[in-house]
Amino acid sequence: MPIMNADTRHPVTITLNGRSRTGHAHPRMLLSDFLRHELGAHGTRVGCEHGVCGACTVRIDGVAQRTCLTLAVQADGRRVDTVEGLAPEGRMTALQEAFRRHHALQCGFCTAGILMSLSDYLERVPRPTEGELRDMLSGHLCRCTGYAGIVRAVMDVTGASTEVADV
Amino acid sequence: MTALKAAQETARDRDRAAGHSAAHAGDRGPLVGQPIPRIEDAALLTGAGRYGDDLPVKPGTLHAAILRSPHAHAELLGIDPSAALALPGVAAVVTGAEARRFASPFLVGVKAPMEHWCLAVDRVRYLGEPVAVVLAEDRYLAEDALDRVAVRYRPLAAVMSVEQAADPASELLHPTVGSNIVNTRSFTYGEPGRVLAAAEHRVALTVHYPRNSCTPMECFVVLADYDPAEDSYEVLSNFSGPFAVHPVMARALNVPGSRLRLRSPPHSGGSFGNKQAVFPYIVLMGVCARAAGRPVKWVEDRLEHLMAATSATGRRVDLEAAVAPDGKVLALSLRQTEDCGAYLRAPEPASLYRNHGNLTGAYCIPHLAVVNRIAVTNKTPSGLNRGFGGGQLYFGLERLMDRIARTLGLDPLDVIRRNLVPASAMPYTTASGGLLDSGDFPATLEEAVERGGLAALRARRDAARAEGRLYGIGYAAVVEPSISNMGYITTVLTAEERRKAGPKNGAQASATVAVDPTGGVSVSVASVPQGQGHRTVLAQVVADVLGLRFEDIRVVTDFDTAKDAWSIAAGNYSSRFAGAVAGTAHLAATKLRDRLARLAAGQLNAPAGEIRFAGGKVFAAGNPENALSFSRLAAAGHWAPGTLPDGQEAALRETVFWTPEPLKAPTDGDHINSSACYGFIFDFCGVEVDRVTGQVRIDRYVTMHDAGRILNPLLMEGQILGGFSQAVGVALYEEYAYGADGRFLSGTFADYLVPTAVEVPVPVILHRESPSPVTPLGAKGAGEGNNMSTPVCIANAVADALGVDTVSLPLTPSRVAAVIHGAEPPRPAGAAVQAPRVSALPATTPDGRGMKGEGSRAVPVPPEQVWAILLDPKELAALLPGCEALQLAGPNTYRAEVVVGIGPVRGRYTAEVALSDLDPPNALTLTGSGSSALGTGRGTGRVRLERTAEGTLVHYAYTAEVGGKVAAVGGRMLDSAARLLIGQFFDRLIGRAGGPATPAGRPRGQPGLLDRLLRLLGIRR
Ligand code: FES
Ligand code: FES
Repeated sequence: MPIMNADTRHPVTITLNGRSRTGHAHPRMLLSDFLRHELGAHGTRVGCEHGVCGACTVRIDGVAQRTCLTLAVQADGRRVDTVEGLAPEGRMTALQEAFRRHHALQCGFCTAGILMSLSDYLERVPRPTEGELRDMLSGHLCRCTGYAGIVRAVMDVTGASTEVADV
Repeated sequence: MTALKAAQETARDRDRAAGHSAAHAGDRGPLVGQPIPRIEDAALLTGAGRYGDDLPVKPGTLHAAILRSPHAHAELLGIDPSAALALPGVAAVVTGAEARRFASPFLVGVKAPMEHWCLAVDRVRYLGEPVAVVLAEDRYLAEDALDRVAVRYRPLAAVMSVEQAADPASELLHPTVGSNIVNTRSFTYGEPGRVLAAAEHRVALTVHYPRNSCTPMECFVVLADYDPAEDSYEVLSNFSGPFAVHPVMARALNVPGSRLRLRSPPHSGGSFGNKQAVFPYIVLMGVCARAAGRPVKWVEDRLEHLMAATSATGRRVDLEAAVAPDGKVLALSLRQTEDCGAYLRAPEPASLYRNHGNLTGAYCIPHLAVVNRIAVTNKTPSGLNRGFGGGQLYFGLERLMDRIARTLGLDPLDVIRRNLVPASAMPYTTASGGLLDSGDFPATLEEAVERGGLAALRARRDAARAEGRLYGIGYAAVVEPSISNMGYITTVLTAEERRKAGPKNGAQASATVAVDPTGGVSVSVASVPQGQGHRTVLAQVVADVLGLRFEDIRVVTDFDTAKDAWSIAAGNYSSRFAGAVAGTAHLAATKLRDRLARLAAGQLNAPAGEIRFAGGKVFAAGNPENALSFSRLAAAGHWAPGTLPDGQEAALRETVFWTPEPLKAPTDGDHINSSACYGFIFDFCGVEVDRVTGQVRIDRYVTMHDAGRILNPLLMEGQILGGFSQAVGVALYEEYAYGADGRFLSGTFADYLVPTAVEVPVPVILHRESPSPVTPLGAKGAGEGNNMSTPVCIANAVADALGVDTVSLPLTPSRVAAVIHGAEPPRPAGAAVQAPRVSALPATTPDGRGMKGEGSRAVPVPPEQVWAILLDPKELAALLPGCEALQLAGPNTYRAEVVVGIGPVRGRYTAEVALSDLDPPNALTLTGSGSSALGTGRGTGRVRLERTAEGTLVHYAYTAEVGGKVAAVGGRMLDSAARLLIGQFFDRLIGRAGGPATPAGRPRGQPGLLDRLLRLLGIRR
């Protein structure tokens, strides 16, 4: 990694949802701030800025990562996919549609991060069991839904066993 | 069928119903009552939501960072912003002086001389209290400058419990009040004293409800601007209401309400009541914008939110019941002491009075004695939090019912049954004046027992117990109040004081329905939704009334106090949406429809009473073929008002204000119907406790709701699931915990444990619908019930599993394990004598943020030389890791600037260091205290110099403690930091004394752990 001057804004170019975008960032600028405030891509949210809540999750070169724990300069030259890129022609994905059907969101603040984690996860684990899914989701905090609708929505699109043990 | 399968079938039905613009009033019956997915979701799912922090700011906007008190309680001696102002990009530093100049203290809801300013003026009363605001060109620069604002404090003893507050010897938070119990009121309804005295059984219980909060995922956002030409403020914020607080803000900014314009962004990232507490920051940022002469933006971060935003009240309740042998409660005495934190912030003391009309819960208890005391403590001020006051009340009441059963050897469920208000008594007026408006509580309970499978659950418990497992069943029956009476808070005043102040009552809701020139319909309300789906429900309601399609109705919920119809009850709280706001929209739409019907009557030659609206058409009931198009009829008012029949107004826009009829001011006898509606909830659950770890597993949870008419079952289910999940957190994980000295111990989401997908089970949700006679649509609130019923239901089950009388929240594994196994023994003493030993302080700081340790190191020079080094400020400065400056502040007293990093938390500290008990060259005591934006520390160290053949053996023993963010890094990291700092100190000392080269010394000026050392050695705190 090149040595950077802390007091200088450096150009950072990323491929954001398939398009090249350039902005400037001090070396200490978080990727979350860069996306939101430098590039104006507000779909990514911050809920804690200390790596616990998962709201700020995007995919960097395909891998779900927390932008509040990533510096903008670390993303230079890489592909960044955010929630804005999930439904390119305005047609929501099956998962987004399932979220709507199953009331998997209320305020929606956690939703972008959860969708981005799921888009990575479900490529790797197309048919998770409910236990596996909940385990993955435990990296995200949602204060509104109690997670039930989220679990239902994913089980619905994966067609996996939906025998959720109610209690 | 499992709840999930049922839900999936409903989901499929609802897709059929609502998938393709087919949702049409009149085609398949009303939209109200159908599980229609939300209008709101498309934007939120695609990243197009516009929350407060997403909105554009005006050019020249400054970004604010708030310097917060590192002390729970201290006098504020002085603030020196000069070093901060010298940093590039810093435009202004605002302090209490500007607050005094441009603002006034907030109004307080009780008659007591307490002052609360938007910035501390001469004293700080909770850790995290705003002390100064740095305004800079960007947030990073503003935060940099926080470290450079020098603040001098004189720490005071902290008051951290209601018991301490009640002790007359405790340090006063508000000396002018003369007590930390700032208000006491006693109420007697019926003859509780006589009945208690004569009772066959008296059962008493004391409970403590902890502080916690629903912590919405979006933190607070305020954009403020001041217009000097108009002397007016314009603020965009995610404040959620109640707008009864608007006059409080306007008063604090010294302007009439018309000169404080508040707007809300289109979307909010949740509130659960918490965003009521944005209001002090609206005033603060207003002052900042005025002082700086530029617009200001502030976005709260999560650490600030957890530490200092708001909290549910803590409460101690001492209960006593007079009980008949069959378990019937004849009289109840409640002595409630409320922990409101450092200030009584509007609308507090509402937490304590919100349930005043339903203090006897779902039960028929004719005699009631109440003593309500309000305590101030050195904690974050309390505020709205989902379940507001209900969790606190029912934790006491439902634990008491359980205790009564156990004391009398009865089945807890039978005790509940015996006391429920019978259906024949409905509507039922409670002892304290509440009017329980509808429902059949006993039948609802029996239905839950039946459909929820209680018999099977009991068999499961018996089987588990037969295997030696710890399994218990708990119950809770509560009424869920909704639509708060704006007058209930005045119950805290005496009748005499109320007479002077004038009556307060009602709960005005407002809604506007308008048609545009194309015949389109829009609805606007002042409900400030926080993610619940108000737009969807309002579209359902209005489409039904006007015979239009769901998607024909445009609902606008961004709120603007300068343009929209509103009153003090506006906002998102007290579960008022379904009953009050949706009902008022129904009234407004109906009014508009009736006006349109009169216009149509002339054209259709039919009486107005026979005009029907369906399928986008308007027609006479007897002649549907001869129909007018709704949009044409509606648009005519815009295009051709001249063609209206004489005496008719165009039907363009209707605004309705509605207040529930039963909401009156408190009577002279202090009877108050505190809410318009009361839903009923009966819950039961089975839990299993791990005998070894103490972990509680919820095996089955059944929750039965009667919230009147259900407007959208999908959204109502969402409300119940969300509230339940938060309640699981309250029951098992969440607590805003403080050390005895005021240190805050729950400062990150790694410490304040919000349940995740693996901790929250899916409950079985059951419904009955007993429409409320009070609200226009018969609906009652439903979103807060489980926050009231679930914590105590789980606690009752855990008590049953453990067979114990006392359980306290949250039921964390360590707390439960302590009940099973007894408290843990202290950690065994450390091993090596020569190595520093660091251990958690017992008792006072069980969290590990306090430390003590001792050790000794050999230094190769005689004691006199060591002594000389320690007493020379220059030498001392060189010994202290991270010390950037050390100045003499008095005899043997120094002021030091130190930069220290502990784990991820690095900060600049200003420390006072003193040497005392000097016994040259044998011993001395170092004491120190220090603070920074990141926290505080204090410590004392005794150093003894023992002469040896090789030189000196330096013995030391210290105690130290830290608070604030720094404490959040955890005991283990603090311990190792302490060891490292002490090691560095001695390495340098040995180096200075001409010993072997120091292996561990860092270059001067580089951030080190020095500060810790200082603190640990008591050199500074
Ligand atoms: S904002 Fe990144 S994990 Fe919470
Ligand atoms: S939908 Fe609000 S936090 Fe998840």
